[in-house]
Amino acid sequence: MQEVLIGKAARRSQRLSGKLRYRTKEAFWGVVCVLPAILGFLLWQLGPIVGSLLLAFTDWSVAGVPHWIGSANFQRIFFNDELFYKSLSVTLSYALLSVPLTMLFAFALALLLNQKLAGTRIFRTIFYLPSTVPVIASSVLWLWLFNPDFGLLNAILDQLGLPKQQWIYDEATVLPSLILMNLWSVGPMMIIFLAGLQGIPRYLYEAVEVDGGNALHKLWHITVPLLTPTILFNLILSIIDTLQAFTQPYVMTQGGPNNASLLYVLYLYRKAFKEAQMGYASALAWILFVFIAVVSFLVMRSSRRWVYYEGGER
Amino acid sequence: MTATRQLLKHAPAGKSRLIWSRVIARVCNYLFCLVVGSLMLLPLIWLVRSSLMSLDQIFRYPPELVPKPLQWQNYPEALTTIPFFLYLQNTVFILLPSVLGTVVTATLAAFGFSRLRWRGRDLVFNVLLSSLMLPYAITLIPTFILWARLGLVNSTWPLIVPRWFGGGAFYIFLLRQFFRTIPRELDEAALLDGANPLHILWFIIVPLSRPALIAVTIFSALSAWNDFLGPLIYLNDSNKFTLALGLSEFAGLYSSQWHLLMAAAFVVIAPVALLFFFAQKYFIRGIALTATK
Repeated sequence: MQEVLIGKAARRSQRLSGKLRYRTKEAFWGVVCVLPAILGFLLWQLGPIVGSLLLAFTDWSVAGVPHWIGSANFQRIFFNDELFYKSLSVTLSYALLSVPLTMLFAFALALLLNQKLAGTRIFRTIFYLPSTVPVIASSVLWLWLFNPDFGLLNAILDQLGLPKQQWIYDEATVLPSLILMNLWSVGPMMIIFLAGLQGIPRYLYEAVEVDGGNALHKLWHITVPLLTPTILFNLILSIIDTLQAFTQPYVMTQGGPNNASLLYVLYLYRKAFKEAQMGYASALAWILFVFIAVVSFLVMRSSRRWVYYEGGER
Repeated sequence: MTATRQLLKHAPAGKSRLIWSRVIARVCNYLFCLVVGSLMLLPLIWLVRSSLMSLDQIFRYPPELVPKPLQWQNYPEALTTIPFFLYLQNTVFILLPSVLGTVVTATLAAFGFSRLRWRGRDLVFNVLLSSLMLPYAITLIPTFILWARLGLVNSTWPLIVPRWFGGGAFYIFLLRQFFRTIPRELDEAALLDGANPLHILWFIIVPLSRPALIAVTIFSALSAWNDFLGPLIYLNDSNKFTLALGLSEFAGLYSSQWHLLMAAAFVVIAPVALLFFFAQKYFIRGIALTATK
């Protein structure tokens, strides 16, 4: 009897220690597996953030030795740099127009595709196709479309009997032109909306039908509330992306005409890599970083009030 | 349509109005799709049209839609005006090791963050994930200085090496999302057979995650193909240029040769568009996967 018990206990402890040994092994391999990613995070994310904070307080250009100059860069930016304010206001008006317009357009396209008609897959392909075009190629293409004399857009306006535009060559129309271009490539955002739409259970719509509601009721009382988490996701990513737009203005306008499309990162790039003012550009980068962090925080904070979470809590 | 008519015949009066409104809604839907679809395609049609025209015809007003005659030699001309094949080769030599690094290290990381238990795992993952919201502008300059100090500016190292360190939080997140849908019982069954964690990764997770791995391969390949800022900052010699950089240089040098520019742009777009046509479901699923919690 005793022997049996001892045997049982021994086997159990053996099993336990086997399990324990596996637990240790698991933890070991877990850390080994994520190690490259953690190193990457330290080397290319956290390290550079700290680095650029330090650089922001120096006068460093690529060649010389950095000198600590305290807050001089920030003072110059805030009190003595018109282009900073120009690029800030350009970037803000660009984002304030582009983010809502692209989101609305992507949402509308997703709604169109969600009707489950025969052939929607072809339309999905077509709607997404422009987003696969590399930014550099689409920039070159749209330069040609915007051409005031022989471009497609003015040809269309002309056909419709509307006055021709100068598009990216006019201070007043350069930002709307770039935004028009953004509307052309909302594919990924559209797909995310579509995935959200397809996650809404059918019976909710049927309930509205039973109550005699029409399509607008469905949209406003079912679709939009249930899609708010997706809207939040797209909104945050879109804000971060739009505030950092670079390639389009770099290739198409170089910030012109008369700095009307001098988006923030383009200005930063100029300071850093054309004028070699690395310290100054780092200060600019930190201002953008803080700005984006504050905006994201405010959006997240406000989301508690307008984002619907299933189950009634976050 | 005949089905609709049949429905109408048997439906009572109130119902028939409902059905008619549905038919109208469908027709409107198709019309919208058609209009938006043609607007989306128009720029690309214009691209192809311009790439096949003579310079003379391209500058005619009002613009003509159909190239006459089809000037195919724009393509060889565009591809020899810039050293296209050199740029293609440079791009591929950056793309292949980048993609390999991303897929390998992101898979390992996603596995470590989803299937293996260790203390502090989720905290570390969330910190890592926060870098998704980090503006790239903030890391640009110190990273450049790091590579400059190492004497590796004007080489492809700065464009490849970071990919071997997790490849970016986005890919880790995407793969982790997918790995979490694989039943844990499979791991446990393998454990009873004496498997170690790497066996589980290789024999269970990887074979079952093909769609997600393909999506990561595609996305990372596209980001290497499309990357502009990276090569712009790190590559100075024109014989090291990638296609994206070469196209921008071309646009600067031959700014009025629109027929050649469009031909060159088409050549840069075509591989990506082809990839999209053949691997569409991985694109769509991959993007949708990142938006789910």
